[in-house]
Amino acid sequence: MRYLVQRLAFYVFTAWAAITINFFIPRMMPGDPVQSLINRYQGQLSTQAIDSLRTLFGLDQEASLWRQYLDYWGNLFDGDLGTSFTYFPTGVSEIIGQSMPWTLSLMGITTIISFLLGTGIGVYAGWRRGSWLDGMLPVTTFLSAIPYFWLGLIAIALFAVQWPVFPASGGYDNGLVPEFSWDFISSAIYHGVLPGVTIIVSAIAGWILGMRNMMVSVSAEDYVLVAHAKGLPERRVMFSYAARNAILPNISNFALSLGFIVGGTLLVEMVFSYPGIGYVLFQGVGAKDYPLMQGVFLFITLAVLAANLVADLVYLLLDPRTRREA
Amino acid sequence: MALQATETAVVAGEAAEAPRRDRLRFLRNRKTLIGLIILGVFVVLAVAGSWLAPYDPSARSDDLLQPPSLDHPFGTTQTGQDIFSQILVGTRGVLVVGFTAAVVATVLGVLIGVTAGYLGGVGDEVLSSVSNVFLVIPGLPLIIIVTSLLPETNDLTIAMVIGLTSWAWGARVLRAQTLSLRSRDYVQAARATGESTWRIIVFELLPNLTPVIASGFIGTVIFAVLAEITLAFIGVADISHWNWGTVLFWAQSNQALAQDAWWWFVPAGLCIALLGTALSLINFGIDEFINPRLRSEGRPDRSVRMRVGFTPVVRAPRDETTTRKDTST
Repeated sequence: MRYLVQRLAFYVFTAWAAITINFFIPRMMPGDPVQSLINRYQGQLSTQAIDSLRTLFGLDQEASLWRQYLDYWGNLFDGDLGTSFTYFPTGVSEIIGQSMPWTLSLMGITTIISFLLGTGIGVYAGWRRGSWLDGMLPVTTFLSAIPYFWLGLIAIALFAVQWPVFPASGGYDNGLVPEFSWDFISSAIYHGVLPGVTIIVSAIAGWILGMRNMMVSVSAEDYVLVAHAKGLPERRVMFSYAARNAILPNISNFALSLGFIVGGTLLVEMVFSYPGIGYVLFQGVGAKDYPLMQGVFLFITLAVLAANLVADLVYLLLDPRTRREA
Repeated sequence: MALQATETAVVAGEAAEAPRRDRLRFLRNRKTLIGLIILGVFVVLAVAGSWLAPYDPSARSDDLLQPPSLDHPFGTTQTGQDIFSQILVGTRGVLVVGFTAAVVATVLGVLIGVTAGYLGGVGDEVLSSVSNVFLVIPGLPLIIIVTSLLPETNDLTIAMVIGLTSWAWGARVLRAQTLSLRSRDYVQAARATGESTWRIIVFELLPNLTPVIASGFIGTVIFAVLAEITLAFIGVADISHWNWGTVLFWAQSNQALAQDAWWWFVPAGLCIALLGTALSLINFGIDEFINPRLRSEGRPDRSVRMRVGFTPVVRAPRDETTTRKDTST
């Protein structure tokens, strides 16, 4: 229990830190980005958008920094992240709300598949050290060194342009309206295959390698030797003794690498014009839409924090030692 | 990976301090050697790339969108620019940003990680929380936001942004390793003989942390290169300055995919992957150096397949705790 409370306190602290960083980043930037934006849009920005920008950059001089900070928190609790001007007059929170399900489902499914598959292969590769699976390691290294987005480009070139089996962009058929129907869902799955496979292929190498190395370390432990000596079937020793212990560090690594996975997924979405958070961020970056970018960053950070908390809970379930010390 | 290296490094620490000090042993690892050779080629290209390049990378010509040929080994772009020259000239930017960012991150990581691990107490709590916060906040989105807010971006500012946001991993690993070194006998002895804290840290601890620092450094270079190329690709970084990401940016914005111009984006991607592989190979070498168990090239001709415990060892009689652990599993 103490472990859980400690972790919770840490996440609350980190969430506070992330929100505060998000508050200060635009204020620490040199120059006057608002003026340059107004010039850039040449009068196309509404007064409301300019106001929201001034608040974001802390340029409404009459308010003190502390006052601004409190206002910022107040707006946050109202779910008000400012107004986007690429999608004017839609609010940032609404845009994020629309794109969130796409990212969550794409990333959730691909992450689970690549974790399970990669860990499974890693268990075998580590157990049969020196077998042909070790020969695959350089290949996986190479794959993991490829940026996600480039693999996405290659996937489009091969499977959408050369052999047009899958659509090159979008999340569903243009003719369909997002709704809960078989037509729409099947179209969404069809559009999700290529981005999904891209993410799995680039992410899986890390899991294989991490699990393989942990298996190698764990299989030299005394308890594995004893399990063998007792004459237990090899499968049982491999899964219930070695893999069960080796998977623990892999889960904490999983939590830590979530940030990287998120970054990669955002890029894949940009390449495939997939209607998720990454694509929204890309649009925001292109148009210098600061409120949108900030909102997306805040949302991503909080989502990663939540995922970390889940990983911690799983760890708690899997490792009795963290429970006993309570 | 890096995390795991530390945990085992503690166990394998004794092995690293073998009586026979062989400084070239590190190079005899085939993986490391291949990695270093590839990296060396890229370093040469980074230095000499702009002289070797047959054309001015930005110069337009009449050969529009040509596939690879003898004149243009990697083909040309829509405006007739030579892609081979763009890649050659771009190598420098990639490596400079990658290594500068990694130096910044490593210095910060060593300062924060070693200090936290050695001092302990409240200082440790504060520094660890700060690095944990940075560890959990997703790096790439943060880098994208900060860079696009900056009024002007060049290689140096990008390297600084990446370096300042990616030190946390190294700090965490170093803190753990320092904690385990701190209670070793030789450090206790040094403290007892009245060595100053700084002397202990610099002369007693740091040399033993070198492999961990090196592996963290290489890991950060990989991350920084990917981050920088990503920034260029999405158009946040200065796109008039050539690097591999800029090549991909122009390929993407000119619809190279739809025009079937594979030569426009394949070479840059392969270069990134090759550089990344080289750096990972070096890191595997370091990991295997720290943790000899990970070495897989044993005797290829061995006839007995070992199931567990890779060397037959005569074990001391088990104490009770081990036995209990075994039966309860």
